[in-house]
Amino acid sequence: MDQDPTTSATPVALADPTTEQAVRRALADHGRLTVDAMDVASIADLYALGLTSHATVNVMLAVENELDVEFPDSVLNRSTFATVESITAAAELAS
Amino acid sequence: MIVPILERPTATPFTKPTATVGAPDRFAARTALVADIAARFADEVDRDARPPREAIAAMKEHGLLAAAVPTELGGEGATLSELSVIATELGRSCAATAMVFAMHQGQVMALWRHGGVSCGVTAMIEAVRAGALVASSTTERGIGGDARRSTCAIEPDAAGRIRLRKDAPVISYATEADAVFVTARRSLDAAASDQRLVICLPSETTLTQTSTWDTLGLRGTCSNGWTLDAETHEDNVLRDDYATISARTILPVSHVLWASVWLGIAADAADRARRAVRKQSRAAVGQTPPGALRLAELLVDLQALADTVRHAAARFDAVADDGAVLESSSYALAANALKIGASERVTDLVTKAMRIVGIAGFAATGPLSVARHLRDAHGAAVMVSNDRLLQNDAGLALMTGAIL
Repeated sequence: MDQDPTTSATPVALADPTTEQAVRRALADHGRLTVDAMDVASIADLYALGLTSHATVNVMLAVENELDVEFPDSVLNRSTFATVESITAAAELAS
Repeated sequence: MIVPILERPTATPFTKPTATVGAPDRFAARTALVADIAARFADEVDRDARPPREAIAAMKEHGLLAAAVPTELGGEGATLSELSVIATELGRSCAATAMVFAMHQGQVMALWRHGGVSCGVTAMIEAVRAGALVASSTTERGIGGDARRSTCAIEPDAAGRIRLRKDAPVISYATEADAVFVTARRSLDAAASDQRLVICLPSETTLTQTSTWDTLGLRGTCSNGWTLDAETHEDNVLRDDYATISARTILPVSHVLWASVWLGIAADAADRARRAVRKQSRAAVGQTPPGALRLAELLVDLQALADTVRHAAARFDAVADDGAVLESSSYALAANALKIGASERVTDLVTKAMRIVGIAGFAATGPLSVARHLRDAHGAAVMVSNDRLLQNDAGLALMTGAIL
């Protein structure tokens, strides 16, 4: 809802920094990671850093809420939530 | 350029969800294409009670109507388990389209399983392979819903020509079909239950509409009433008697595929319920809203229905060539149990989904509406009467029990 009206509607090849920041915030608030989600490596295995399948539900909801998107069923699997990068990619696919 | 395959999941994380877990599905991509088209026109088809023409054309184009033609006859030889998945996926998008698919398959499978080798049957199989859509006319005015009795009879004419006339209270999608398979008594002096199945092609058949299908649900099946007059050739009569065809093929196949469609209706309603609960959950992440518990409960019932339907499909595939098993009373009871059980469950499931969604589900239209689902679901118990099946069961139940 609070999207910048100047944001281009065309898809971007690289991860949108706004999306990635939203993903990191969601992980920080709900991921229960053993490290700081704001500066964890974008390809680090989050499951190895404390993410549980229970927590991924809340991460998903928080990302959806913040970006006003809905993850399609087809991306809702374990591998989607494995890294900051993969969650960001799925969020961008959902938007 | 050689791209290294990384362990990172971003490259190919997007696989198809639920329903088709297991072996790769050779019909999945085509089914998804047809389902997309069916979904696009579903509301219009429902509103106007008109046939889902776009989806029927797509089913022809992508080989879904021909899917079950055996490989030795040049087809893809889809199993009932495969057809069941297709019917469910179509049912998620447009129940009318899915019911057309389901009703068609029961008829066409009779061709190669019971038709024999007359040139009429052979030509019809070739037409099905090329995409022909087959409708059926079994019930008759004055008989009620019992497909296993006819007044209509095959009247011989000169040089192998035959005539028949049937006053049919319903023939689904008759205007769209490339052939109607009609039950009729074997001859003018045959008993009501001594039936054959006759291939009636549009060029040899006159249909006169006698009633209009303006119903609560499954409106797009266009199951209008018709008087059917056909003048054809005895080559277009299937080899086996209809008692055998019904027991071994049409009844078990139809019940599995109808139930598969209803599963699809319920699954889509449950998807809408999930979307609604997810929306509520986003408002207060970390707190499980009350609807989530109801959703979990709904999924218990949905999974039970899915397992029942798929198991019944697999059971048919396992004994598909065993006439003795298929004609046994326990198998008939099991086939009826699937139909009765699934048709009762689907209305219950969709009703629960509607309550989870709330007002947006109760709404007649909109992305979370389950109004069409609920109306379509009610067709399940009505269009083939559960009470009549139970009446048939009542006799069989004295002889045999359930398959355990």
